[in-house]
Amino acid sequence: MSLADDIQRGDRRALARAITLVENNAAGALDALAALFSRSGQAHLIGITGSPGTGKSSLVNRLALAFRGQGRTVAVAAVDPTSPFSGGALLGDRVRMRDLAGDPGIFIRSMATRGSLGGLARTTSDVVTLLDGAGFEVILIETVGAGQAEVDIARQAQTVIVVEAPGFGDDVQAIKAGILEIADILVVNKADDPRAQNTVRALRGMLDLGGPGAGHGVAKRGHIFQEVWGEAPGEGVPGKGWEVPIETTNALTGEGVESLVEAVDRHRHYLQESDEWQQREYARVLYDLDAALQAALLSRFIEGVERDRLAGVVERILQRELLPQDAVALLLDDQRD
Amino acid sequence: MLVAKPGLDGHDRGAKVVARALRDAGMEVIYTGLRQTPEMIVEAAIQEDVDVIGLSILSGAHLALMERIAKLLGENGMTDTLVLLGGIVPEEDIPALEALGVAAVFGPGTSTAEIVTLIREAVSGGA
Repeated sequence: MSLADDIQRGDRRALARAITLVENNAAGALDALAALFSRSGQAHLIGITGSPGTGKSSLVNRLALAFRGQGRTVAVAAVDPTSPFSGGALLGDRVRMRDLAGDPGIFIRSMATRGSLGGLARTTSDVVTLLDGAGFEVILIETVGAGQAEVDIARQAQTVIVVEAPGFGDDVQAIKAGILEIADILVVNKADDPRAQNTVRALRGMLDLGGPGAGHGVAKRGHIFQEVWGEAPGEGVPGKGWEVPIETTNALTGEGVESLVEAVDRHRHYLQESDEWQQREYARVLYDLDAALQAALLSRFIEGVERDRLAGVVERILQRELLPQDAVALLLDDQRD
Repeated sequence: MLVAKPGLDGHDRGAKVVARALRDAGMEVIYTGLRQTPEMIVEAAIQEDVDVIGLSILSGAHLALMERIAKLLGENGMTDTLVLLGGIVPEEDIPALEALGVAAVFGPGTSTAEIVTLIREAVSGGA
């Protein structure tokens, strides 16, 4: 019996094994993915992002409990950073998710970024496919503590929740490009902090500048497909009627979480009733294909490159004899048959 | 690699030091925090598909906790998981713990390098 069969029978250990295979790009990973891929696409993918310490994990804990309360099954993919020096990682999101233990309707998986910079791991998308194909109805994707540019989640999730906490910067921070722009729902957590209302005001001011109904729509994909096709369908199209709500929560007490869950459900209905759900799916497929293509091209290149040749080229760059761009041209020419 | 702290004592400094050392040795360490039940630990080990479970127990309840964890690991077909234990454990309890499947017991004063070496030797391909 295959791993995929076991997963479909609800074997949690088989699911966990398959995730490891996919993370390690090991033998059997593609078989498991292929078997579950056709069954995926059913779940509501919800991204949770925000600065370190704003309460993302605690909020994920609360959200998962709330969705379970509605009878929906929940999977969590929680990403924490890999050390750029040792390659190790300390994955601590489970510490805040104690309340979720012992429920067979919940599956939590921690992931390390393993060098990926966009706030997710390279394999997060595939892991989400496995969780989706395994039948979980809601998938909460928690990014690393994100600064201003870790916006990959906007391409992975259908609904993006950006979590802010009081005292994290003024209204200039609020109008910078990046993470606030990708929010479908803004959350000011730690609502018991007396500065919370100031944060809400700053965010409200930021949203009002965009005019009414200026939800972000579908994020641009960039990369290969944009080069080949020009603008892909639905890309960069502003949202048509979604007003980004600002929810205030206290993830420790659970205050405000019910209202947040309602906002999440409202957003899902909005996506499904407009054509934005399909547009986002289309964009996500392009993005995944793009990432897979880049990875495959790179690994094909690595297979063909010789160690000494590479070392020689690096030495010439160090001596300021060769421009990195020209070095790339040389290395690529080596592999031309 | 899972680092967990079962039982009721609240001293997690040791577990955190070990978790940090393993991270610096290039391992992916899932830290679960304090006051985990054996059920929570084994459930986390299953979901995270870990190669190693590191337990920190200073409460004296190591035999009872380990008995329960060993039973749960057995029921879930996880007997190939390497189980390590750190904390305050009387010398005479070590054989009983080993019989329950604990690969090594690390007492106070163990160097983190020793733990890293043991894990590296036991797990091929990295944790």
